[in-house]
Amino acid sequence: MTAAGTELPELAFDVTPTFVISTALATRDFQDVHHDRDAAVARGSKDIFLNILTDTGLVQRFVTDWAGPDALVRSIKIKLGVPCYAGDRLVFTGRVASVEGRVAVVEVTGTGQLGAHVSGTVTVELAA
Amino acid sequence: MSVEEAAARIRAQGESSRRLARDPVNQAMINNWVEAIGDANPRYTEGVAPPVMVQVWTMNGLHGQRAADDPLGAMLAVLDEAGYTSVVATNSEQTYHRYLRVGEHVSASTALESVVGPKRTALGEGWFVTTRTSWYVGDELVADMLFRVLKFAPPPSARGALRPVVSRDTEFFWEGTKAGELRIQRWGDVLRHPPGPMPPEGDLDAKPDWVVASGRGTVYSYVVHHRPAVPGKQLPFVIALVELEEGVRMLGELVGADPAEVHIGLPVTATFLKVDDDLTLPAWRVAR
Repeated sequence: MTAAGTELPELAFDVTPTFVISTALATRDFQDVHHDRDAAVARGSKDIFLNILTDTGLVQRFVTDWAGPDALVRSIKIKLGVPCYAGDRLVFTGRVASVEGRVAVVEVTGTGQLGAHVSGTVTVELAA
Repeated sequence: MSVEEAAARIRAQGESSRRLARDPVNQAMINNWVEAIGDANPRYTEGVAPPVMVQVWTMNGLHGQRAADDPLGAMLAVLDEAGYTSVVATNSEQTYHRYLRVGEHVSASTALESVVGPKRTALGEGWFVTTRTSWYVGDELVADMLFRVLKFAPPPSARGALRPVVSRDTEFFWEGTKAGELRIQRWGDVLRHPPGPMPPEGDLDAKPDWVVASGRGTVYSYVVHHRPAVPGKQLPFVIALVELEEGVRMLGELVGADPAEVHIGLPVTATFLKVDDDLTLPAWRVAR
């Protein structure tokens, strides 16, 4: 049985330009700052950067990788921090904050080279 | 109308009309998503959509436009007009009432939840705009999302400034601002600003040099700019023509001043607004 304080296995990967672009397009987010480096720079960014729908998707993936395919995700609340640019390395860590019956609340942080990129909580109903 | 009044009016409109997703929930888009995100959950290859994809189905797409009754678009336009020209998302809170299956066709509607501000933030003064989007299959609510953005006015040094044309005659001046100096063109005994290619008396053989101004002066004339919005500027702002103690007059924004306190004769000192590595603009501050 999962208990509060349980640490989730870390998820770390390189945020390549291909990753930024393919996830933006797979989430139907065509804003130029997610696929056009010149446009991103012209708007004051260092490079293209991850979009929010991808952040939410990564947080979900991070939790269900741990909880298993039969867990049900009930809610994902995220707070956005510093941008995650192409070329960054993103590391997700998490721990179980509380468990009530089969419902666990997991705290998640995704950290890049600039600092906390995304943090939040996921409420997930664990499989019986 | 104030920001608060505009927000109250948009809030009172309630939920926008429902926009139907372009396509029903389908395996092809799910497959693209799991491949890009790297999610190996086997459920998603068996006709169940990842719950976070609920937002994906109703995204506007490459050539999409906001609906005319979209409250977020309306609120952002109000804040643009008020000088809060930049936007950054801060929070997304999605709740899934159930997972979607291939073949279901979702629609979405959005309501303005709250507008809070003005707040001082690290990015500049701004307003937190929160919307609630609800997704339906038929009349069944399947998911909802609170989405919050900060709509802010970047500080005066921010990007988006109109850039001056730098010529061989004016290059020294812009090199000076980068170095934190106000440089005034000098032809013999005569100071001249703005700098030009010839001395006032027109001697074609004369060559100029320059002196560094003290940066002290007084407001000779000024305007308070209320409209229209200017990228990167919070409205209203003051542009002052300053008579330097060296005797020439120079234009620049008077920053950090309440327009009501600005008057002809007001003592000011030079300050420098770094836009980027290539451009620093001269500006004024009230001498206190």
